[in-house]
Amino acid sequence: MTLFLQQLVNGLSLGSIFALVALGYTMVYGIIKLINFAHGDIYMVGAYIGYMAITSLKVGLFPAIIIAMITCAVLGVVIEKIAYKPLRNASRITSLITAIGVSLLLEYVMMYFMGAGVRTFPDVMDKTKIEFAGLSITSAQLLILGTTLLLMLLLQFIVKKTKIGKAMRAVSVDADAARLMGINVDRTISYTFAIGSALAGAAGVLVGVYYNTISPLMGVTPGLKAFIAAVFGGIGVIPGAMFGGLFIGVAETMVGVYWSSLIKDAVVYIILILILLIKPSGILGKNVKEKV
Amino acid sequence: MALLSIKNLTKNFGGLCANSNISMEIDDGELVGLIGPNGAGKTTLFNMLTGVYEPSEGTIDFVRDGKEVRLNGKKPYVVTALGLARTFQNIRLFQNLSVIDNVKIAMNKDVKCGVVASILRFPMFFKEEERIEKEALELLDILHLADKKDELACNLPYGEQRRLEIARALATRPKLLFLDEPAAGMNPQETAELTQLIRRIKDEFHISVLLIEHDMSLVMNLCERIYVLDYGKCIASGTPAEIQTNKRVIEAYLGEEV
Amino acid sequence: MKHYVNKNTMTWTLFAAVVFALIEGLILADILDSYYQVTLITICINIILALSLNLIIGYSGQFSLGHAGFMAIGAYCAALTLAKLPNLMGLLLGILIGIVISGIIALIIAIPTLRLRGDYLAIATLGFSEVIRIAILNMDVTGGAAGLSNIPKITTFPVIYIFILITLIVIVNFARSSHGRACASVREDEIASESMGVNTTKYKTLAFVIGAALASVGGALYAAYFYVINPGTFGFQKSIDILVIVVFGGMGSLTGSIVAAIILGFITLALQSFAELRMILYAVAIIVIMIYRPSGLFGNKELNITKLFKKKERKEAK
Repeated sequence: MTLFLQQLVNGLSLGSIFALVALGYTMVYGIIKLINFAHGDIYMVGAYIGYMAITSLKVGLFPAIIIAMITCAVLGVVIEKIAYKPLRNASRITSLITAIGVSLLLEYVMMYFMGAGVRTFPDVMDKTKIEFAGLSITSAQLLILGTTLLLMLLLQFIVKKTKIGKAMRAVSVDADAARLMGINVDRTISYTFAIGSALAGAAGVLVGVYYNTISPLMGVTPGLKAFIAAVFGGIGVIPGAMFGGLFIGVAETMVGVYWSSLIKDAVVYIILILILLIKPSGILGKNVKEKV
Repeated sequence: MALLSIKNLTKNFGGLCANSNISMEIDDGELVGLIGPNGAGKTTLFNMLTGVYEPSEGTIDFVRDGKEVRLNGKKPYVVTALGLARTFQNIRLFQNLSVIDNVKIAMNKDVKCGVVASILRFPMFFKEEERIEKEALELLDILHLADKKDELACNLPYGEQRRLEIARALATRPKLLFLDEPAAGMNPQETAELTQLIRRIKDEFHISVLLIEHDMSLVMNLCERIYVLDYGKCIASGTPAEIQTNKRVIEAYLGEEV
Repeated sequence: MKHYVNKNTMTWTLFAAVVFALIEGLILADILDSYYQVTLITICINIILALSLNLIIGYSGQFSLGHAGFMAIGAYCAALTLAKLPNLMGLLLGILIGIVISGIIALIIAIPTLRLRGDYLAIATLGFSEVIRIAILNMDVTGGAAGLSNIPKITTFPVIYIFILITLIVIVNFARSSHGRACASVREDEIASESMGVNTTKYKTLAFVIGAALASVGGALYAAYFYVINPGTFGFQKSIDILVIVVFGGMGSLTGSIVAAIILGFITLALQSFAELRMILYAVAIIVIMIYRPSGLFGNKELNITKLFKKKERKEAK
């Protein structure tokens, strides 16, 4: 039982990272129906920005997270303006291929400047372990869980209570109607990219602290898993992405411990296949049928 | 036994009831009209009859080779294979394919030559292709599209696109043809030509036609019987003359007398 | 007879023979030495892979990101067969086994995923190809992460050239049949297609299975040339490489895929020592093409040799 609870904590920590990245996927998909393939790489950029802020600017962890979030937000908006905006009316396949192009671009530009090798993330916090009822929780895990919780509450506040949040929800339901109601759709989309990318940036720094290593291709697999988490929870649904991320994190950790660590990587894809078979709209999603 | 009999058909979208308790019959060789104000549920009914939507309640029965077949829950391509074909209100041609290919695709269901035989180009492949080509050209000829056979469907003018939709539906060799607003966007002369065409098709192909239309002159001219929908319910049925004097129909279209 | 021997087929046969004689001549004269032959074979394998992916994406409009998975199946089947039977017969047998296994797996994958549309399908196929890769990684017979080595080198230019021709004939003949037309109608408008009596699920599956089987042929030829295969070769990156070729050449254009595979092969050769720069160029090119010319080099048009010759004749006549 203690082992189980211990793994639950580990799984939730990993899942928080997935959840933060999944939120960006789900928000962008909800608003412009694009799988932003480059989102996992924004998370990678976030990790590198955090790394540089700590090593070059010598700032502390929390300022580094803030810097990474701001930089990623700007990067997300720039990418949207340059690569995705001209394709607003193109087919989804065209936009998806473009997103794959952006993803490759981020990866290899980073590789070109920072090298392909793995870098060690600086030790910014003492690795103390907190023992509690037989469980040991590292300070890094606490940091991840705490920051994720804080950011999610903040996001909920923005989406539910602020003007821009209302605009985002309106655009995701019907962009044309929203435009007729005087909502600046382009600006709303920019905000969505900014918020989603900022969350991914924060996740990047957190994962650097948690695993101590970063590399230019670190975003590919977690990006994919986070997307699957978003699909699992119901793409376009914000609480769905949170739930999906945590679920995938826990499922992966549990399988790794109780079954086989080799199967661990396949679990997430099996979850994807099952959800697509049983309920393609996701756990919290709604079914939409094409109008004839 | 009627060719198509619908009993108590209902379709709910969540809380919204698009069709409720509709019953109708279409006999062999009949030309039936379906009218009603915008949003009355005409296209929803079409979509249920052709398998795009599954009915929430009620039954759809179709007579094929003397046997009654239940259409509820059957996929569109199965329904089409049984002998019901349709056109679309908002034209849905295969835009980037040629006119003749649009028609040939609708003949796909009767193709005997398998995939392997097609890839290896067995003699039967050429025989079948020749037959398909010939039949497709005949159809295009009837609809006055033969000289445009190699043009892309998207390059056709609007009226011809509507005709190609009909040609494509006929290529499936239906017993019953559903036309969803075939005269939409046509001028009076084109509409008159269309009236002739629909009559001709009905006689030449020995089929029944169910027609959704807003153009009253077309419907009154053409149809032997008319059903009227309003707010998802069937409010009247009868001959054109009966419908024209029916009080409820006039109310539905013009509003209640004050 | 007129169906099999006519001007069109004769022109193509002649063209194919001339191209073959030219390249084989260069190889025999040692102008194309072993260094360039590697590039040549790589281009040929990429042509087969791109053609097969184009059948899925360009003709049927289904977006697959899992092509490398089927390539892997073909490669491992060939490698394992060649270990027992190290000659051309072994390769052919391996290819056959690869076609059957990848076809069956494609069928299993198709059933749940092809109900999905566009972008969802892309992710699902990507997931499946990862599952295939992880499965290979965890099996004993496939040698795990180290993969298989000392695979006899059976693939030669004539062998692979014949397979390119077979691939082309299969795809062209499929596309120009009622089955191919049905696939195109699914791409154009799935709902209209189904309403015209086309069993859309069947045709999506069909294109997917044929594409997967042909991809496994490409994988088999790969294994029988490069001595070594391991799961890392057939990752997501490989699927993207093939996709890039198809996108460059134009979705729906077979000649486009061939030309793109050749051009990108040369670019790769030229930028061999600047791998990162090459990928940056690819990435920028993808984005620019998608924004300014989403139809690729050739759109969905084909380069027509018969017409090309006719133009020349006319010019000469003048």
